[in-house]
Amino acid sequence: MTARIGVVTFPGTLDDQDSLRAVRIAGAEPVSLWHRDKDLKQVDAVVLAGGFSYGDYLRAGAISRFSPVMETIIEQAKAGLPVLGICNGFQILTESHLLPGAMLRNNHLHFICRDQKLRVETADTAWTADYSAGQEISVPLKNIDGRYVADERTLDELEAEGRVAFRYLDGNPNGSLRDIAGVTNAAGNVVGLMPHPEHAVEPLIGTGRTDGLGFFTSILKKLVSAS
Amino acid sequence: MARVVVDVMLKPEILDPQGQAVQRALPRLGFEGIADVRQGKRFELEVAEPVDEAALARIHEMAETFLANTVIEDFVIKVEESK
Repeated sequence: MTARIGVVTFPGTLDDQDSLRAVRIAGAEPVSLWHRDKDLKQVDAVVLAGGFSYGDYLRAGAISRFSPVMETIIEQAKAGLPVLGICNGFQILTESHLLPGAMLRNNHLHFICRDQKLRVETADTAWTADYSAGQEISVPLKNIDGRYVADERTLDELEAEGRVAFRYLDGNPNGSLRDIAGVTNAAGNVVGLMPHPEHAVEPLIGTGRTDGLGFFTSILKKLVSAS
Repeated sequence: MARVVVDVMLKPEILDPQGQAVQRALPRLGFEGIADVRQGKRFELEVAEPVDEAALARIHEMAETFLANTVIEDFVIKVEESK
Protein backbone atom coordinates (compact mmCIF):
# COMPACT_ATOMS: atom_id res chain seq x y z
CA MET A 1 0.00 0.00 0.00
CA THR A 2 1.25 3.46 -0.87
CA ALA A 3 1.71 5.94 1.93
CA ARG A 4 -0.77 8.82 1.96
CA ILE A 5 0.80 12.20 2.65
CA GLY A 6 -1.46 15.19 3.31
CA VAL A 7 -0.68 18.80 2.40
CA VAL A 8 -2.68 21.50 4.20
CA THR A 9 -4.02 24.56 2.39
CA PHE A 10 -4.78 27.60 4.54
CA PRO A 11 -6.03 30.88 3.03
CA GLY A 12 -2.79 32.37 1.71
CA THR A 13 -0.84 29.12 1.34
CA LEU A 14 1.26 29.28 -1.86
CA ASP A 15 3.33 26.14 -2.04
CA ASP A 16 0.70 23.45 -1.54
CA GLN A 17 0.75 22.43 -5.21
CA ASP A 18 4.54 22.13 -5.30
CA SER A 19 4.41 20.12 -2.07
CA LEU A 20 1.75 17.78 -3.48
CA ARG A 21 3.88 17.32 -6.59
CA ALA A 22 6.99 16.59 -4.49
CA VAL A 23 5.02 13.93 -2.60
CA ARG A 24 3.91 12.37 -5.90
CA ILE A 25 7.39 12.45 -7.45
CA ALA A 26 8.76 10.72 -4.33
CA GLY A 27 6.25 7.92 -4.96
CA ALA A 28 3.64 8.57 -2.28
CA GLU A 29 -0.04 9.41 -2.68
CA PRO A 30 -0.66 13.15 -2.25
CA VAL A 31 -3.81 14.14 -0.34
CA SER A 32 -5.11 17.73 -0.18
CA LEU A 33 -6.24 18.84 3.28
CA TRP A 34 -8.36 21.94 3.93
CA HIS A 35 -7.72 24.15 6.97
CA ARG A 36 -11.36 24.15 8.09
CA ASP A 37 -11.64 20.37 8.22
CA LYS A 38 -10.66 18.58 11.39
CA ASP A 39 -10.47 15.36 9.41
CA LEU A 40 -7.02 14.31 8.21
CA LYS A 41 -8.43 11.77 5.72
CA GLN A 42 -6.37 8.97 7.25
CA VAL A 43 -3.06 10.32 5.98
CA ASP A 44 0.17 8.82 7.29
CA ALA A 45 2.04 12.14 7.43
CA VAL A 46 1.35 15.86 6.96
CA VAL A 47 3.18 18.70 5.22
CA LEU A 48 2.42 22.29 6.24
CA ALA A 49 3.37 24.14 3.07
CA GLY A 50 4.87 27.58 2.61
CA GLY A 51 3.09 30.82 1.85
CA PHE A 52 1.46 33.62 3.80
CA SER A 53 -1.42 32.04 5.66
CA TYR A 54 -3.89 34.71 6.78
CA GLY A 55 -1.55 37.26 5.20
CA ASP A 56 0.85 36.85 8.13
CA TYR A 57 -1.48 39.21 10.02
CA LEU A 58 -0.73 39.44 13.77
CA ARG A 59 2.39 37.22 13.38
CA ALA A 60 3.37 34.69 10.72
CA GLY A 61 1.49 31.47 11.46
CA ALA A 62 -0.31 32.83 14.54
CA ILE A 63 -3.86 32.74 13.18
CA SER A 64 -3.50 29.43 11.30
CA ARG A 65 -2.35 27.76 14.47
CA PHE A 66 -5.95 27.98 15.76
CA SER A 67 -7.61 26.54 12.65
CA PRO A 68 -9.65 23.31 13.01
CA VAL A 69 -7.14 21.20 11.05
CA MET A 70 -4.36 22.25 13.43
CA GLU A 71 -6.32 21.02 16.45
CA THR A 72 -6.13 17.51 15.02
CA ILE A 73 -2.56 17.89 13.76
CA ILE A 74 -1.28 19.16 17.13
CA GLU A 75 -2.95 16.28 18.94
CA GLN A 76 -1.71 13.63 16.49
CA ALA A 77 1.79 15.10 16.15
CA LYS A 78 2.19 14.71 19.90
CA ALA A 79 1.19 11.06 19.41
CA GLY A 80 3.82 10.53 16.70
CA LEU A 81 2.27 11.64 13.37
CA PRO A 82 5.12 12.84 11.13
CA VAL A 83 4.71 16.56 10.32
CA LEU A 84 6.98 18.67 8.11
CA GLY A 85 6.61 22.45 8.23
CA ILE A 86 8.22 24.40 5.42
CA CYS A 87 8.66 28.19 5.76
CA ASN A 88 5.18 29.40 6.79
CA GLY A 89 4.57 25.82 7.92
CA PHE A 90 7.62 26.10 10.22
CA GLN A 91 6.19 29.35 11.58
CA ILE A 92 2.88 27.59 12.28
CA LEU A 93 4.74 24.79 14.10
CA THR A 94 6.55 27.23 16.41
CA GLU A 95 3.31 29.15 17.05
CA SER A 96 1.70 25.79 17.89
CA HIS A 97 4.57 25.03 20.31
CA LEU A 98 5.17 21.74 18.51
CA LEU A 99 8.66 23.15 17.90
CA PRO A 100 10.52 25.51 20.25
CA GLY A 101 11.47 29.09 19.47
CA ALA A 102 9.85 31.72 17.27
CA MET A 103 10.30 33.34 13.88
CA LEU A 104 10.89 37.04 13.37
CA ARG A 105 11.37 39.56 10.57
CA ASN A 106 14.76 39.14 8.82
CA ASN A 107 17.42 41.27 10.50
CA HIS A 108 17.94 43.33 7.31
CA LEU A 109 14.16 43.65 6.70
CA HIS A 110 14.43 42.51 3.07
CA PHE A 111 12.58 39.69 1.39
CA ILE A 112 15.17 37.16 0.24
CA CYS A 113 14.82 34.77 -2.68
CA ARG A 114 17.87 32.72 -3.62
CA ASP A 115 19.41 29.29 -3.68
CA GLN A 116 20.56 28.48 -0.18
CA LYS A 117 23.21 26.03 0.89
CA LEU A 118 22.36 24.05 4.01
CA ARG A 119 24.07 21.45 6.12
CA VAL A 120 21.87 18.56 7.23
CA GLU A 121 22.86 18.28 10.89
CA THR A 122 20.89 15.17 11.74
CA ALA A 123 19.58 12.22 9.74
CA ASP A 124 17.71 10.97 12.80
CA THR A 125 14.32 12.43 11.91
CA ALA A 126 11.37 11.08 9.99
CA TRP A 127 12.06 13.59 7.20
CA THR A 128 15.87 13.41 6.89
CA ALA A 129 16.72 9.71 7.05
CA ASP A 130 17.73 9.65 3.37
CA TYR A 131 20.42 12.26 4.02
CA SER A 132 23.53 11.77 6.09
CA ALA A 133 24.58 14.00 8.97
CA GLY A 134 26.94 16.66 7.64
CA GLN A 135 25.64 16.43 4.08
CA GLU A 136 25.44 19.73 2.21
CA ILE A 137 22.40 20.46 0.07
CA SER A 138 21.15 23.44 -1.89
CA VAL A 139 17.46 24.40 -2.01
CA PRO A 140 15.59 27.65 -2.66
CA LEU A 141 14.97 30.11 0.17
CA LYS A 142 12.27 32.80 -0.03
CA ASN A 143 10.95 34.66 2.98
CA ILE A 144 10.93 37.85 5.00
CA ASP A 145 10.17 36.31 8.41
CA GLY A 146 12.98 33.78 8.61
CA ARG A 147 14.97 34.82 11.67
CA TYR A 148 14.83 31.92 14.10
CA VAL A 149 15.15 32.92 17.75
CA ALA A 150 14.92 31.13 21.08
CA ASP A 151 16.39 31.85 24.50
CA GLU A 152 19.94 30.70 25.26
CA ARG A 153 18.78 27.77 27.38
CA THR A 154 16.55 26.43 24.63
CA LEU A 155 19.32 26.86 22.04
CA ASP A 156 21.82 25.01 24.24
CA GLU A 157 19.28 22.25 24.79
CA LEU A 158 18.63 21.92 21.05
CA GLU A 159 22.36 21.70 20.34
CA ALA A 160 22.97 19.18 23.13
CA GLU A 161 20.12 16.94 22.02
CA GLY A 162 21.07 17.10 18.35
CA ARG A 163 17.82 18.84 17.46
CA VAL A 164 19.26 21.55 15.23
CA ALA A 165 18.26 19.79 12.03
CA PHE A 166 19.69 22.24 9.43
CA ARG A 167 22.13 25.10 9.47
CA TYR A 168 22.74 27.81 6.87
CA LEU A 169 26.06 27.63 5.04
CA ASP A 170 27.84 30.36 3.06
CA GLY A 171 26.18 33.20 4.89
CA ASN A 172 23.25 33.57 7.23
CA PRO A 173 20.37 35.00 5.16
CA ASN A 174 18.26 36.44 7.98
CA GLY A 175 20.09 36.79 11.29
CA SER A 176 18.83 33.45 12.55
CA LEU A 177 20.49 32.58 15.88
CA ARG A 178 23.39 30.12 15.58
CA ASP A 179 22.69 29.92 11.82
CA ILE A 180 19.72 27.65 12.49
CA ALA A 181 17.64 26.90 9.39
CA GLY A 182 15.51 24.13 10.85
CA VAL A 183 14.83 22.17 14.03
CA THR A 184 13.15 18.95 15.08
CA ASN A 185 11.16 17.94 18.14
CA ALA A 186 12.63 15.43 20.59
CA ALA A 187 10.84 12.46 18.99
CA GLY A 188 12.05 13.39 15.49
CA ASN A 189 8.60 13.21 13.89
CA VAL A 190 8.06 16.98 13.70
CA VAL A 191 10.53 18.93 11.58
CA GLY A 192 10.47 22.58 10.49
CA LEU A 193 12.76 24.53 8.18
CA MET A 194 12.69 27.87 6.40
CA PRO A 195 14.11 26.96 2.95
CA HIS A 196 11.99 25.05 0.43
CA PRO A 197 12.94 21.47 -0.42
CA GLU A 198 9.67 21.04 -2.36
CA HIS A 199 11.00 23.49 -4.98
CA ALA A 200 14.06 21.30 -5.66
CA VAL A 201 12.68 17.93 -6.65
CA GLU A 202 12.92 18.12 -10.44
CA PRO A 203 16.07 18.85 -12.44
CA LEU A 204 14.28 21.22 -14.83
CA ILE A 205 13.13 23.77 -12.25
CA GLY A 206 14.39 25.63 -9.23
CA THR A 207 18.05 25.09 -8.46
CA GLY A 208 18.37 22.56 -11.27
CA ARG A 209 19.17 20.05 -8.59
CA THR A 210 16.95 17.59 -6.79
CA ASP A 211 18.47 18.07 -3.33
CA GLY A 212 15.03 18.51 -1.76
CA LEU A 213 13.63 15.17 -2.83
CA GLY A 214 15.27 13.39 0.11
CA PHE A 215 12.71 14.87 2.52
CA PHE A 216 9.87 13.16 0.71
CA THR A 217 11.66 9.87 0.05
CA SER A 218 12.77 9.77 3.72
CA ILE A 219 9.23 9.92 5.02
CA LEU A 220 8.02 7.46 2.42
CA LYS A 221 10.65 4.91 3.41
CA LYS A 222 9.88 5.38 7.07
CA LEU A 223 6.16 4.87 6.52
CA VAL A 224 6.62 1.85 4.27
CA SER A 225 9.01 0.18 6.72
CA ALA A 226 6.63 0.94 9.61
CA SER A 227 3.63 -0.72 7.97
CA MET B 1 -18.52 49.90 27.24
CA ALA B 2 -14.94 49.92 28.29
CA ARG B 3 -11.75 50.10 26.34
CA VAL B 4 -8.98 47.72 27.26
CA VAL B 5 -5.59 48.31 25.69
CA VAL B 6 -3.08 45.53 25.24
CA ASP B 7 0.42 46.75 24.42
CA VAL B 8 2.72 44.10 22.98
CA MET B 9 6.48 44.67 22.80
CA LEU B 10 9.37 42.47 21.75
CA LYS B 11 11.32 41.33 24.80
CA PRO B 12 14.30 43.59 25.50
CA GLU B 13 16.83 40.94 24.49
CA ILE B 14 15.24 40.37 21.06
CA LEU B 15 16.76 42.31 18.16
CA ASP B 16 14.21 44.75 16.70
CA PRO B 17 15.42 45.68 13.18
CA GLN B 18 12.23 47.62 12.45
CA GLY B 19 12.79 49.86 15.46
CA GLN B 20 16.43 50.27 14.45
CA ALA B 21 15.48 51.27 10.91
CA VAL B 22 13.18 53.96 12.31
CA GLN B 23 15.88 55.16 14.72
CA ARG B 24 18.44 55.45 11.91
CA ALA B 25 16.03 57.49 9.82
CA LEU B 26 15.43 60.07 12.55
CA PRO B 27 18.66 62.13 12.19
CA ARG B 28 18.10 62.29 8.42
CA LEU B 29 14.75 63.89 9.15
CA GLY B 30 16.29 66.37 11.58
CA PHE B 31 15.20 64.65 14.79
CA GLU B 32 18.33 64.38 16.90
CA GLY B 33 19.00 62.82 20.26
CA ILE B 34 16.93 59.63 20.05
CA ALA B 35 19.27 56.89 21.28
CA ASP B 36 17.00 53.92 20.62
CA VAL B 37 13.61 53.03 19.13
CA ARG B 38 11.65 49.85 19.64
CA GLN B 39 8.48 49.17 17.72
CA GLY B 40 5.52 47.36 19.24
CA LYS B 41 1.84 46.63 18.68
CA ARG B 42 -1.18 48.14 20.38
CA PHE B 43 -4.54 46.39 20.48
CA GLU B 44 -7.61 48.38 21.52
CA LEU B 45 -10.40 46.12 22.67
CA GLU B 46 -13.90 47.57 23.00
CA VAL B 47 -15.49 45.40 25.64
CA ALA B 48 -19.28 45.29 25.81
CA GLU B 49 -19.52 43.73 29.26
CA PRO B 50 -18.27 45.36 32.44
CA VAL B 51 -14.56 44.75 32.87
CA ASP B 52 -14.57 42.91 36.15
CA GLU B 53 -11.93 40.54 37.44
CA ALA B 54 -13.26 37.60 35.42
CA ALA B 55 -13.28 39.63 32.19
CA LEU B 56 -9.74 40.81 32.83
CA ALA B 57 -8.65 37.23 33.42
CA ARG B 58 -10.14 36.28 30.04
CA ILE B 59 -8.37 39.17 28.34
CA HIS B 60 -5.13 38.14 30.01
CA GLU B 61 -5.58 34.64 28.63
CA MET B 62 -6.34 36.08 25.17
CA ALA B 63 -3.19 38.20 25.24
CA GLU B 64 -1.07 35.32 26.45
CA THR B 65 -2.27 32.72 23.94
CA PHE B 66 -2.96 34.85 20.87
CA LEU B 67 -2.19 38.59 20.84
CA ALA B 68 1.38 38.08 22.06
CA ASN B 69 3.82 35.25 21.48
CA THR B 70 5.39 35.03 24.91
CA VAL B 71 8.46 33.30 23.51
CA ILE B 72 9.51 36.65 22.04
CA GLU B 73 7.07 39.28 23.33
CA ASP B 74 5.90 40.87 26.59
CA PHE B 75 2.48 42.45 27.03
CA VAL B 76 0.81 44.98 29.32
CA ILE B 77 -2.96 45.29 29.82
CA LYS B 78 -4.60 48.61 30.73
CA VAL B 79 -8.26 49.46 31.24
CA GLU B 80 -8.54 52.90 29.64
CA GLU B 81 -12.07 54.10 30.20
CA SER B 82 -15.38 52.82 31.41
CA LYS B 83 -18.84 54.28 31.43
